[in-house]
Amino acid sequence: MSARKGLNVLQGAGVDPLGDGPADASRRAFMRTAAAGAAVSALAGCGVDLGEFLRGHFKELSKDDLAKVLAKVEKRNKERFGRDTKVTAEGPRPGVEFGYGLDISRCVGCRRCVYACVKENNQSPEQPQIHLIRVLEMDKEQGVDLAHSELYYDADAVPRPGKFYFPVQCQQCRNPPCVKTCPTQATWKERDGIVVIDYDWCIGCRCCMSACPYGARHFNWGDPKLPAEELNPNQHYLGNRPRPKGVVEKCTFCIQRTRNGRYPACVEICPVGARKFGNLLDPESEIRKVMETKRVFVFKEELATHPQFYYFYAT
Amino acid sequence: MRQKATPLRQMVTPFLVVCVATLIATAARASPSMKHAPPAEKTKEELFEARPPPFSDGIFPCMDCHKDQKDRNRRELGFHDEQQSVFDHDAEHRWCLDCHDYENRNVLRLASGATVPFTESYRLCGQCHGDKFRDWKAGIHGKRVGNWDGAKTYLLCVSCHNPHSPSFKGVKEIVVDGKVTIAPTLQKLKPEPRPHRPEEMRDGKRAQEFGR
Amino acid sequence: MSGVLEFLKGCVRQVLAGGKGYKAWVAFLLVTIAIGGIAYAQQIRYGLIATNMRDQVSWAFYVGNFTFLVGVAAAAVLLVIPAYVYQWKPLKEVVVLGELLAISALIMCLLFILVDMGRPDRFLHIMPLFGTPNWPRSLLTWDALVLNGYLAVNLILVSYLLFKTYRGEHYDKRIFLPLVLLSIPVSISTHTVTAFLYNGMAARPYWNASILAPRFIASAFCSGPAVMIILFQVLRKTNELPIKDEAIWKIAELMAYAMFLNLFLLGAELFKEYYSATEHLLYTQYLWTGIGEHRTLVPWAWFSLFSSIVAFVLFLIPATRRNFFTLNLGCLLIWAGCYIEKGMGLIIPGMTPDTLGEIYEYKPSATEWGIAAGVFGIGFLIFTLLVKIAVPILVGTFRAPERTGASAPATGAGLATH
Repeated sequence: MSARKGLNVLQGAGVDPLGDGPADASRRAFMRTAAAGAAVSALAGCGVDLGEFLRGHFKELSKDDLAKVLAKVEKRNKERFGRDTKVTAEGPRPGVEFGYGLDISRCVGCRRCVYACVKENNQSPEQPQIHLIRVLEMDKEQGVDLAHSELYYDADAVPRPGKFYFPVQCQQCRNPPCVKTCPTQATWKERDGIVVIDYDWCIGCRCCMSACPYGARHFNWGDPKLPAEELNPNQHYLGNRPRPKGVVEKCTFCIQRTRNGRYPACVEICPVGARKFGNLLDPESEIRKVMETKRVFVFKEELATHPQFYYFYAT
Repeated sequence: MRQKATPLRQMVTPFLVVCVATLIATAARASPSMKHAPPAEKTKEELFEARPPPFSDGIFPCMDCHKDQKDRNRRELGFHDEQQSVFDHDAEHRWCLDCHDYENRNVLRLASGATVPFTESYRLCGQCHGDKFRDWKAGIHGKRVGNWDGAKTYLLCVSCHNPHSPSFKGVKEIVVDGKVTIAPTLQKLKPEPRPHRPEEMRDGKRAQEFGR
Repeated sequence: MSGVLEFLKGCVRQVLAGGKGYKAWVAFLLVTIAIGGIAYAQQIRYGLIATNMRDQVSWAFYVGNFTFLVGVAAAAVLLVIPAYVYQWKPLKEVVVLGELLAISALIMCLLFILVDMGRPDRFLHIMPLFGTPNWPRSLLTWDALVLNGYLAVNLILVSYLLFKTYRGEHYDKRIFLPLVLLSIPVSISTHTVTAFLYNGMAARPYWNASILAPRFIASAFCSGPAVMIILFQVLRKTNELPIKDEAIWKIAELMAYAMFLNLFLLGAELFKEYYSATEHLLYTQYLWTGIGEHRTLVPWAWFSLFSSIVAFVLFLIPATRRNFFTLNLGCLLIWAGCYIEKGMGLIIPGMTPDTLGEIYEYKPSATEWGIAAGVFGIGFLIFTLLVKIAVPILVGTFRAPERTGASAPATGAGLATH
């Protein structure tokens, strides 16, 4: 990895690595620049950014490089939307392990969470439409039975008689199959439990989507069509910054909010208080109280994904 | 004169020492005890905001109209039809004056006879609905907004549950005295539109070109 | 090395010369490649929304074709094992053609992966040194490793053998044989790793079955050799490449056994699903009987089974195996059967119903057909050109200029004298 670090140092120092070659004369550095140079000149014609092409993995970026990357994202936002944005890469807080509780004795299936999420997370709302939360309508008689659930229920009033509602989003598994299967390490689990994606590293192979048992990962099949006036300017690099086409995205527990102590958008908008969020390591938190006093279960438990998302019945 | 003063000082000093010691001890015991066993509402009121009670326009303060009280007996009211027509909160056994104080209509009445302001109506609900009250205090029942790690805003029971017809139907935002709060509705919520089916997802630009 | 330059020039000459049939075939392939190019340009511009894949069925036609072609590539092993492990002379002559097929199939595999990627411009991210491959946890990195490894082994083998033969020289057994024998486990591993890619996904119960890896190997040995059989007959007619009937019949016989194994494993799978009748039965049901009004794949599933069984019988009975009409019919049927079974018949039921119970009936879009045709065009073109170079070398008509007039090369460096 010294080659890449060497390259980063040079880039930070403003040296064009392809022009002079890296100071570190190791074979790896040479191979990298030589081969990359050939590929880059081919791609430069297609408008691919040189700096982005040679960038290392997010977790290996130095502080300076990270600042540059964030500045670039803000610049791209400005070009795309004509608006100023603030993109941070706030890290996880120590001593925090997020837990999410969903009270299925309360959810009425109003879908306000779905659309609050779309607004907060800069999702493409229409053609193509991406919803990170999917609310399933189920029969009270059948129980949690996916084969007979209905995602596309239409109603004038909810809850419909005899039905209950089961929202699904990323479960932020402790044993995430998507992280295991990603060939480029573009997705990983952070210390506070959020499974994140670097949209600039993802190659769009969709292995993670095949591996996810909850259908929680969504692909940008086409160019996202986000109107400039609907842009949420408070963004996190691993969260709600506008995505390009051809990459995967998912719920990140509103990382741009929760790392600053705020509730996720879905928790705040829920009109019946069916959503609970907090730090599992804090004995006074709501989510801990839920875990300790309510009948809690985990979705598809037999797959041993150990989610940080818990369903419960409060009554 | 020194000899006369000494016995007095000898008597007073130990007394003073004991007093001071007691005071210190009380103070020391007081602070940890306040940390360990705070009354739940008190902590909440210190830390958390509350949304105001969802009064309908002009209905509060009640004493503006209810100045002359005469009849305590259960009867059909000539006013407040909005509440009376939907009343199903244990209607067989309860009526208005079981919760509303006869003397002062600006407050509510607990079973003990003590009164609580409308901003603390949860104490009234909590008398019978103890499990919900416990859950609500812990933050498990009912909506809260704000910070998982800090200040939160909670809602009163009556923001979601019409006290005269408490089973949850729907909610809406209203403004009371310039402040936004939540009020229960008598209609259930209308759900937001269903998501697009995969067949319906086309690139807006070239919707006709791609397809089966 | 001027020899190499001469050789390459000679290759170009071989490729450009040919009869009407050859030229028409190449022209046809170039047209399909052009169609593929246009379709791919659309896909690059608008994204994968140009396909009919959606979140509910996120892997489909491209990945199905990829899976099938990995099997075809592994088929070279069906020739290598009898030829070099059991020293069966008649097949030894033609092993190199099987390796050429493997090379073409592998290139098609890699192309299908490339066209399926949302961001092909980021291919560097999966490579060691330049990127951060998630090795060893991610099966796709293993797949990239073994596929490229197998491609490299075959390229080395083929180049070495053909170049040596071209120069009328013996190949060095110490280089050649270990590589050939190495290609056996590498080939098996390509297919096993690809099977494990699906097998390891607990989220997809249809794939999460131990039987997947053995089934893949069994059906691999059915599909690739079918191409070889037809090719050998064509080459016998056009180039007077003396391939014995025995070699062809032996391949067909081995395919029969492989198909038996494949059908047996299918039966085992069907028993488990239908007898246990858990909710996992839904995926198998979707394929064979449909769910409610969702029946798109059902006729294809039964056609595939019918083709496979008929082909099995035709290859098993010596009389029909030796009759070239029924033999070729069997080849077409087995190719069709395996193509459906390993392509759409594997991927789509794995994803339907999806993880939340939704059924989205997928059918490939025009763009996907176009791109797939283009990739197959490229693969078949490469195979055609490679064969066009290889056969004259094997026959002896394409030789290094300074070697013209030298006797036919000794045994092992090309064709056995007969």
